[in-house]
Amino acid sequence: MALEAQDVYFRYNKKQPWVLEGRSLKLERGERLALFAPSGRGKSTLAMLLAGYLAPTQGQILLDGEPLPSKGVCPVQLIYQHPEKAINPRWRLGRVLEESGSLQEDMLEAFGIERPWLQRFPRELSGGELQRFCVARALLSGAQYLICDEISTMLDVITQAQIWNVVLAEAEKRKLGLLAVTHNRHLAQRICTRMVEL
Amino acid sequence: MNLLEIQDLSVSFRMYGRGLEQTDLQVISGLHLAVRPGEIVAIAGSSGSGKSLLASAILGILPGNAAVYGQMLYKGEELTPQRQQRLRGSEIALVPQSVAYLDPLMKVGPQTGGPAEKRRSLFKRFGLPTQTEQLYPFQLSGGMARRVLVSTALITDAKLIIADEPTPGMSLDQALEALRLFREMADEGKAVLLITHDIDLAFEFADRVAVFYAGTTVETAPASDFKTGPEALRHPYSKALWRALPQNGFTPIEGFQPYAGSLPKGCLFAPRCPYKTEQCIKEVPPVQEVRGGEVRCYHGT
Repeated sequence: MALEAQDVYFRYNKKQPWVLEGRSLKLERGERLALFAPSGRGKSTLAMLLAGYLAPTQGQILLDGEPLPSKGVCPVQLIYQHPEKAINPRWRLGRVLEESGSLQEDMLEAFGIERPWLQRFPRELSGGELQRFCVARALLSGAQYLICDEISTMLDVITQAQIWNVVLAEAEKRKLGLLAVTHNRHLAQRICTRMVEL
Repeated sequence: MNLLEIQDLSVSFRMYGRGLEQTDLQVISGLHLAVRPGEIVAIAGSSGSGKSLLASAILGILPGNAAVYGQMLYKGEELTPQRQQRLRGSEIALVPQSVAYLDPLMKVGPQTGGPAEKRRSLFKRFGLPTQTEQLYPFQLSGGMARRVLVSTALITDAKLIIADEPTPGMSLDQALEALRLFREMADEGKAVLLITHDIDLAFEFADRVAVFYAGTTVETAPASDFKTGPEALRHPYSKALWRALPQNGFTPIEGFQPYAGSLPKGCLFAPRCPYKTEQCIKEVPPVQEVRGGEVRCYHGT
């Protein structure tokens, strides 16, 4: 059981240079992998390919040997770097969470999502508060793989530690495969079982 | 003399409820901060503690339903809305927090403004290829967009730069380069207000660190105290921040910052504080001088 990128190439169009050239990566269930690279090397692009948001120009993305399902909830969920761009600005946050499953009281508690926030619009919450919704939303959907693209850089260190502790506990419980894109080596050493340079 | 001085600042938002019901939501209260020329003051603290709102308040770009009380002085003179309008973008520059501040329909080169030569040399120092100028924001990675945003502020001749989380998405060496540039500007006699969550980096470059919690400053201390460790710090929240760093234990304290609508009556940190006493719950502690720093705590040592 693994999520795999096989010799993947990507570019936005034929006039543009390659963003990714012949990259391969394998992520097993229950494994936590940290991905390092300088900015602009295509880490986020690879994250979007793995979660099925972009299709590779060449090469393929395989989940347990099959292409990613094109219908239903994707078992690979991507959590973005910028929560303010990943949430529908016209939806109240309660609706954002309910879209991916019924609310679980214990998860709201664990992420420190307060009841009154569910009535609010995204612009009325801070980036750190929004990111908790993004992580909770991905976990509520029943994902098997989580791709975390710099999910905690915009959070204060206490909230970072709180969120990662919840994510790690869930990852352990559900045997999630986890890919963490990060620039922070101290953080990677804390949360991951393996590190890869792109 | 202080370049920027903020005294007892409070910011509240008027929220509309059902019908004609209105409530004021106080998001910053009793905030003090001073920035001297030649100094980098880092602002650390919890997400949603009002760090970005402070930046907006200084620049006068808060939304229309915000009310600002207290005193803000720039070069010893009051920052009136007219003066803010005149100064922002020229004397006071902002590195915005969100990469969504870039115009999505404009190539990034023209967006940075300023002379092309200066732009090229800044891009070069940041390791951005020359072709970056010809790209649209959606074609940039998160870290590239950050470096473009920092360039837009550094290209001006501003005396005060307010950098609102300039480093997320940058690799370590790029983040260090950005901070080195800020340090150089400060050494030239300018001043930088650096809002950041990369506090371990900030400790290395800043002169002083102000710690925010729930809309107020709980501690202002020399950056060297943060390098020394929790024993040199004065406020329990600052100590908790230090201990939550991945390299220092990664242990979060329990609980959450109170929501602006339901702030505790006394010390804002009391509900999570291991050292709280009766007095902390009843009264807001005043700012006290302790060992060359300022702390808002009855038990700060």
